[in-house]
Amino acid sequence: MKRYLLPLIVFVVLLGFLAVGLNLKPREVPSPLIDKPAPAFKLARLDLPDKQLSLQDLQGKVWLLNVWASWCVACRVEHPLLVELAGSGAVPIYGLNYKDKRDDALAWLAKHGNPYVASLSDTEGLVGIDYGVYGVPETFVIDKAGIIRLKHIGPVTPEVLRDTILPLVKKLNA
Amino acid sequence: MALLLCGLAGPLAAQEARPLAEDPVLEAKVMRIAEELRCLVCQNETIAASHADLAVDLRKQIRQKLQQGQSQEQILDFMVQRYGDFVLYRPPVKSSTWLLWGGPFLLLGVALAGLVLNIRRRRTPASAPLQGDEAERLRRLLGEEKS
Repeated sequence: MKRYLLPLIVFVVLLGFLAVGLNLKPREVPSPLIDKPAPAFKLARLDLPDKQLSLQDLQGKVWLLNVWASWCVACRVEHPLLVELAGSGAVPIYGLNYKDKRDDALAWLAKHGNPYVASLSDTEGLVGIDYGVYGVPETFVIDKAGIIRLKHIGPVTPEVLRDTILPLVKKLNA
Repeated sequence: MALLLCGLAGPLAAQEARPLAEDPVLEAKVMRIAEELRCLVCQNETIAASHADLAVDLRKQIRQKLQQGQSQEQILDFMVQRYGDFVLYRPPVKSSTWLLWGGPFLLLGVALAGLVLNIRRRRTPASAPLQGDEAERLRRLLGEEKS
């Protein structure tokens, strides 16, 4: 009896490890930027290419930085939610238009709605690299002092918005 | 989504000319550093091997930084600051990774201990002394065999 018990225990332990492994999300790499100052940027606005916007301009408020592109299929999934969020006025959303063509981006916003107070043109993707962007869409929550408090990789879902992002924004605004 | 991008990036990247530096020595250096870095879009590939857009951009960054005279450590630090330790193909030894580095040796130790115990148990004969006429029977059997 004991002979069979040991392999069984080993098997069950192995099964446990495999079950945990199945539920991990290796796509979501923890960002080293959490609780660190947001990397500085100074980029042209998508709508007004003559005007530039920098990180300093956004100090003093809690805001979302949403990385998006017109070529990004998953961005379309989260977009209605962002438009709705912008309409509610809960938190200002700024866009980082990542490695996109200006005309394509403007046409995309015209077609799907524009939830952004302003979008920044990161044509070369250099600001994206500073923010450790590797899977568009990504969303950052940045606090009044310009510290990154949250990074969400992939489309924002209603659950993430309700359970994570909005409570955090509320807490940071308090 | 990422898989889709990885699959798409191959044929797309094949069309456009790779921005090879004129200087082959520099390019070799770029590739040596790129081989230390994981592409976060196609996670089982290095930045040297990946065709993903991000890998192309990061190779460009490495090239520029080398041209600016930065060292390999400075460039790896730059990447870790942005993408975390995960970007390194050789994770650093620290408190959160000791199991990763020590785990195989730990398993080896456990296996060796098990092996030694097992061999010892086998070597010590479990047989009881012969009883009654067993000694006589044994002698007879052995004797028959010899003849």
